[in-house]
Amino acid sequence: MKKVITWIVTCLICFLLQTTVFQWLKLAGISPNIILIVVVSVGLMRGRTEGMLVGLFCGLLLDIMYGNILGIYGIIYMTIGYINGFFNHMFYSDDIVFPMGLVIGNDLILNLAIYIFYFLMRNRLDFLFYFRYTILPEMIYTIVITLVLYKILLAIHLRLKSSEKRST
Amino acid sequence: MKYSPNNNRLSPKILFIILCVLCLGAVTASALFPNITSPFQTIAGVTVVPMQKGINRIGTEIGKFFDQFESIQELQAENEELQKRVDNLLLENHALSQDQNELERLRSLYQLDKKYSDYDKVAASIISSGSSNWFNTFIIDKGKKDGIKKNMNVIAGSGLVGIVTEVGPNHAQVRSIIDDSSNVAAMFSRTSDFCILVGSQKQIEEGYINVININKDAKVKDGDELVTSPTSSKFLPGITIGYVKDVKVESSNLEKSAKLEPVVDFKHLREVFVIKELKEQPKLN
Repeated sequence: MKKVITWIVTCLICFLLQTTVFQWLKLAGISPNIILIVVVSVGLMRGRTEGMLVGLFCGLLLDIMYGNILGIYGIIYMTIGYINGFFNHMFYSDDIVFPMGLVIGNDLILNLAIYIFYFLMRNRLDFLFYFRYTILPEMIYTIVITLVLYKILLAIHLRLKSSEKRST
Repeated sequence: MKYSPNNNRLSPKILFIILCVLCLGAVTASALFPNITSPFQTIAGVTVVPMQKGINRIGTEIGKFFDQFESIQELQAENEELQKRVDNLLLENHALSQDQNELERLRSLYQLDKKYSDYDKVAASIISSGSSNWFNTFIIDKGKKDGIKKNMNVIAGSGLVGIVTEVGPNHAQVRSIIDDSSNVAAMFSRTSDFCILVGSQKQIEEGYINVININKDAKVKDGDELVTSPTSSKFLPGITIGYVKDVKVESSNLEKSAKLEPVVDFKHLREVFVIKELKEQPKLN
């Protein structure tokens, strides 16, 4: 129960950060994808089930607030959380390079998917432009934020784990 | 550190498949029946939106703080540039003040202005702008309770901002005209030539919107004013959008295209007005 509340609050805070505060802190017109960091980190730290549920929650939030069709971002972020859960056995709490690599990879794939489905399908062919001015800056900004946010998420994870151990 | 699956619960794989199917169901349902999402909008309206409103206030302050730094650095360069422009504009001003045509255009513009200042408007402030870097949508703090409906026009100052795409009880989603998926039927107020405005992710950085489908014989020139067209199905007629530049004949030699500089400063939007009047749509067969 404590786990559920903790993750819901974390997701909500990050969702609010991304949709409000970081819209004001845009660099070169680009804001970082904080929700992705949360989903990837939870998948990596806590495994498939929790990664998937956190992803679903965040995705549905995005759908309700910003999408016209319910469930699309839900599926996308859920899949991201689920797939990153497979890397759970490679998770070591003192390693930050691997999660950063995962965030970069996921951000790239997510943005490529958005480009292909929303832009390429509408005959926007200039991929290099979109890569240079949207995808690449977002990846860089996101990775910088990961450095800070991952530490916080890790602390949450470690605390949850120690309390779980005590209760069992 | 090894991952051990919970034995007393569903295995992740099966749970994943179940949730995927549920989501796909939700996608199909909301694609077929657009109204089905309104209960969720209500939930979001009472939970997330008030929090966004609160944070937005703090965000505004932080944004202002950073803007200050930016402006200090840029002020000197801008000042020099502006001085040059003042000299140029003074010269231009002499020529323009004698331009009778211009006067007529302004007179007709004044009438148009009057027309849409009569519309009933609601002031709203932007509480959150977009969730990703790909789309230019934002959320305003007024919704169904304030009489806002889908497809209502949104303006700021004297220019068109966008259109309401989703409405919650106390928030609404607005798609701005610079969004990549936005299309607006427009008209040159001076010559009454029709054209289409296509938002483009590529032009946003430079602050322009593409104007296409201008008749090849249209006598339009740089600086002409564009207003929403009476033929548009969702936008009320006669709302100023901006001024064109770089008018050129397309390589196909069949039509002209141009760039539009919007009168609204989309980068620093804080407050907007929603026109509480929907365009009446005759049912065409």
